[in-house]
Amino acid sequence: MHCLIEAESLSKQFGKVKALNELSLTVPSGQVVAILGPNGAGKTTLIRTVATLLRPDAGSLRVLGHDVMHESMAVRRFIGLAGQSAAIEVMMTGRENLSMVARLYGQGRQAAKASTDRILDVVGLTDAADRRAKTYSGGMRRRLDLGASLVGTPRLLLLDEPTTGLDPGSRIELWDAIRELGNAGTDILLTTQYLDEADRLAAYIVIIDDGTVLAQGTPGELKTRAGSDMIELHTRDLASLDQAVQVLSQLHGDEPAIDRATRRCSVAAPGGAQLLPSVVRALDQAEITVEDITLRRPTLDEVFLALTGHTTETAMPKERVA
Amino acid sequence: MTVQTTTPTTVSPTAPTNSLFPAMPADNAGASFLIATYEVAARTVKKFIRSPQLIIAGTAQGALFLLIFRYVFGGAIAHTGSLSYVDFVIPGFVVTSVLFSGMGAATGIAEDLQGGLFDRLRSLPIRLVSIISGRVTADSTLLTWSLAFTTFIGVLVGFRTHNGPWAAAAAFGLCMLYGFVFVWLFIGLGLLAGSPQAAQGLSFLVFPLTFVSSAYVPVSTMPGWMQVFANHQPLTYMSNTVRLLAEGHGAEQLLGQSVGAYLLPSLAWSAGIVLVFVPLTVYRLRRS
Repeated sequence: MHCLIEAESLSKQFGKVKALNELSLTVPSGQVVAILGPNGAGKTTLIRTVATLLRPDAGSLRVLGHDVMHESMAVRRFIGLAGQSAAIEVMMTGRENLSMVARLYGQGRQAAKASTDRILDVVGLTDAADRRAKTYSGGMRRRLDLGASLVGTPRLLLLDEPTTGLDPGSRIELWDAIRELGNAGTDILLTTQYLDEADRLAAYIVIIDDGTVLAQGTPGELKTRAGSDMIELHTRDLASLDQAVQVLSQLHGDEPAIDRATRRCSVAAPGGAQLLPSVVRALDQAEITVEDITLRRPTLDEVFLALTGHTTETAMPKERVA
Repeated sequence: MTVQTTTPTTVSPTAPTNSLFPAMPADNAGASFLIATYEVAARTVKKFIRSPQLIIAGTAQGALFLLIFRYVFGGAIAHTGSLSYVDFVIPGFVVTSVLFSGMGAATGIAEDLQGGLFDRLRSLPIRLVSIISGRVTADSTLLTWSLAFTTFIGVLVGFRTHNGPWAAAAAFGLCMLYGFVFVWLFIGLGLLAGSPQAAQGLSFLVFPLTFVSSAYVPVSTMPGWMQVFANHQPLTYMSNTVRLLAEGHGAEQLLGQSVGAYLLPSLAWSAGIVLVFVPLTVYRLRRS
């Protein structure tokens, strides 16, 4: 079985920006893989290189055993790509869009019609099939776009920030669809800025920044490396925030992270749920009222902080979409 | 741990009822050159036909322009001698209509490049050449429509050919050829411009090129330095070729030349434009 991706010292430069900086990565196939990183990390450049849309300046990249530079046509035969912007013709109907892509994959008229009908059903657009995509909502356009990437039954599905800009309902729908595809055995490579998205969808996560791989592994492995769950609390006023910070630091060795603007503070909770009751008791004894208190997973920012010592904010200029 | 693995068709608990497909290992052959060209062209033509504002902007503007020249300026232009002004101007008008609709090709390709659809097409197992040829086929088709429409309006306002049907047909065929040439030019320029807005700016190129030519007025009344430019630029050669083919003797008397004197330079210009812009387009798309 070939690896999903074997990248060796992959480099790509746009002007002065090194979008990919000698990136090396090996990912086994047969799973959903998330490329996680902040804006400008090189996610889009990486996925566009996998999709044969960009030629790397240096290094090599094999996708399911095929070299993207010398066997680009072979790679295109088994991939389906859904990019950041919905890549559809809005002046055509949903059916026309899917049928065009099916024909371009090389399907005959009958086969193209059959797969168009099937995919319309899969993405839930059968009722809207004969309306121009111009009349679709943002979520429907994304579903049509996903459909177009599926109409050739790809072995490898490439999704570049699939849920960016979607409302929560559409996002969950899309998550379900992606998960089901993964279960059905399609290899999926997706990029995301959201840790929870990577966590929900992927069996394997690759964290990249500045065009190189920072860490990779299963979500569980990465979280262990990145630190534990966090207790976060939110107070009504600044005075009680200060008191709460005192209570937290007494209970816990570490200095809590404080955000005065939103009156929140958070602290790592290695014991997870065990620490929470004692925090609540201590706050109650000190008679501090809190708006709410939660136990949550570390955010991407906190994972980054743990892995790199800096937050995503300080990382790199805006990502190239070109 | 003993797990029974006889039923590999496990459905995930989150699966919606419209169950997805089994993963068939895909090895998509990809569409042939002709089918890919057709599909890409069909998309562009559909987009145009379904965008009334594009049709109105392109076609009606041209027709309006023609009426203004025929009826507003036409009476005051008195240097067309043996040829009535309407017979003089319509061949020029039909030729230059190629540029005005060609501008649509420039903004069209710039839009394509910006939108995501182009990326999708390039990620499919089809050759880049078929994407370009699809675009060129579509733009040439739209251009032929605009040529026919402009000619029709011309006939309505009094234009007649005086050199027999075969020469008239040849004149129209040449217009189509020139149009095809300019489609390449505009696709190349549209790619260089990068954005639809920048491509719109090409009208600054189109206006001097069309007006400082023999398309609407005889060149002989222009100042000398301007005549040098006007006499050697492609639109003058093209307009005069079409004029001579359509009008025959009357045009020969006015221009003092036969068809060959303009036809060959017009073809040379056409070949030159194609030779520059075809490689440029292919190169620009390959590295985009």
